[in-house]
Amino acid sequence: MKAFAYVNPTNEKDAIAALSPQLEQAMPLGGGQDLLARMKDYVTQPDRIVNVKSALESTVTPSGGGLRIGAAMKMVDVAEHAEIRRMYPAIGAAAIEVGTPQIRNQATVGGNLNQRPRCWYYRNEEFVCFKKGGDRCFSPAGENQFHAILGGGPSFIVHPSSLAVPMLAYGATFRLAGPKGERLVPAADYFTLPRQSLRMENVLAPDELLTHVILPAPGNVKSGHYEVRYKASHDWPIAFATVLISFNGSTVQSAKVVMGAVAPIPWRSPEAEQALVGKTITEETAAAAAEAAIRNARPLSQNAYKVDVAKTAVKRAILRAAGIQTA
Amino acid sequence: MAKKDDAPDGLRLDRRNFFRTTGFVGLAETIASPAELAAQSTPASVGPGDVPVRLNVNGRQIDLMIEPRVTLLDALRMRANLTGNKRGCDRGACGACTMIVDGRPVYSCSTLAIEVQGKQIRNVDGLANGDQLHPVQQAFCDKDALMCGFCTPGFIMASVALLEKNPNPTPEQIKKGLDGNICRCGTFSRIFEAVSSVKGVQRG
Repeated sequence: MKAFAYVNPTNEKDAIAALSPQLEQAMPLGGGQDLLARMKDYVTQPDRIVNVKSALESTVTPSGGGLRIGAAMKMVDVAEHAEIRRMYPAIGAAAIEVGTPQIRNQATVGGNLNQRPRCWYYRNEEFVCFKKGGDRCFSPAGENQFHAILGGGPSFIVHPSSLAVPMLAYGATFRLAGPKGERLVPAADYFTLPRQSLRMENVLAPDELLTHVILPAPGNVKSGHYEVRYKASHDWPIAFATVLISFNGSTVQSAKVVMGAVAPIPWRSPEAEQALVGKTITEETAAAAAEAAIRNARPLSQNAYKVDVAKTAVKRAILRAAGIQTA
Repeated sequence: MAKKDDAPDGLRLDRRNFFRTTGFVGLAETIASPAELAAQSTPASVGPGDVPVRLNVNGRQIDLMIEPRVTLLDALRMRANLTGNKRGCDRGACGACTMIVDGRPVYSCSTLAIEVQGKQIRNVDGLANGDQLHPVQQAFCDKDALMCGFCTPGFIMASVALLEKNPNPTPEQIKKGLDGNICRCGTFSRIFEAVSSVKGVQRG
């Protein structure tokens, strides 16, 4: 790890002042579960580390019928928070599956949302890819079994955040604070495809901080969250989905379907949502909506299996939302 | 590619340390790199050179002069002679470095020493009371829950933290609680047996 200067601000203003408009010159440190590993591998080499854990809030406060979550809140506290689990069960379900107990005890909400891609080319110092200012993505002609099946090109990373998917489904807004003040960005506009911004995965400027996640009142929705993994723990999912359904009697009035680990951003599927509207949830209607969710998938040479995995995740998340038992 | 600059401190003789050891501290500072100067212009910024760091480990105060980049694990192992917890992967994947900070198990390899000042840190060196092993340590011995033993200090600390949070865990809760530790010898079933056999751990 390259040596760095260290700042430990106690408020948001000082934390922002310690950042730099230059990319990766000064980096905010949350739980450090992603950043420190990247620094050890010389993938990210900041001159200054700004510990933001004392500067940002780590609590949950009621806000307009919904909740406002401080970005410094630890994943374990999200997973165990009674109000979050009651109002936004899919967020609780996603949080408890992140990493390991040790990681959840350190990792923060802001860090989970802003962690960098887990692509092994990005993580390897020797591969200077688009994400590191290079001129190519190594995955299309390389080992791509975990890469994107939707929305890829010219980079084919998948977005690594588990929280981003249910938060997008629940209509979260992120509060960003920078030298020019604050701005509120809906989660749907926060994450950016490689063809919009190649180097970074979101609109956060290098001298801005994501300070809060603002969740609107959940309304009368049923939720289902389903993750498919190689290992039962300590791994990122191969594909996963959050589904929110509001029912009119037993028929679907409206639905939100968001997939994770399939695209460079949390991937909302209006096709699957449309397929559900007006239907009663059965194995068949859930399967048809899941089919619609992956209809536009374009797998790479080694990840066609992810199309089936994503389809299964969507189908089972739909069934769970309808209270139907799944594997 | 990037300049490698992470040799153990005692072995390194870079510009900064060379001048320090030969007494030209003032001169060394006058030729600090632009990056270092930029960093120092920020209010309350410390480092990148050695800074005083005060840690509370196993109830004892430890004062160190270390760079901000030194992890909690390396600070204790290389500077404080607390070598019980091991450096396995150094990437938060194996769990051998697990310590308890303010009652919660964390990967000390993925924690900077400078950021845990003022917190209660416990590592495996402080667990036994003289010759009296902690109940979790005793259970690992009784159930023969190790082979090579390299992962054991991390497993013990993760188990202690688990039992202090939940003194009567179900087998499923034990598995979930020890998710963050890996035993390459594969003694998992003995470890689970040892943890389920422990009685009398006080809720933390």
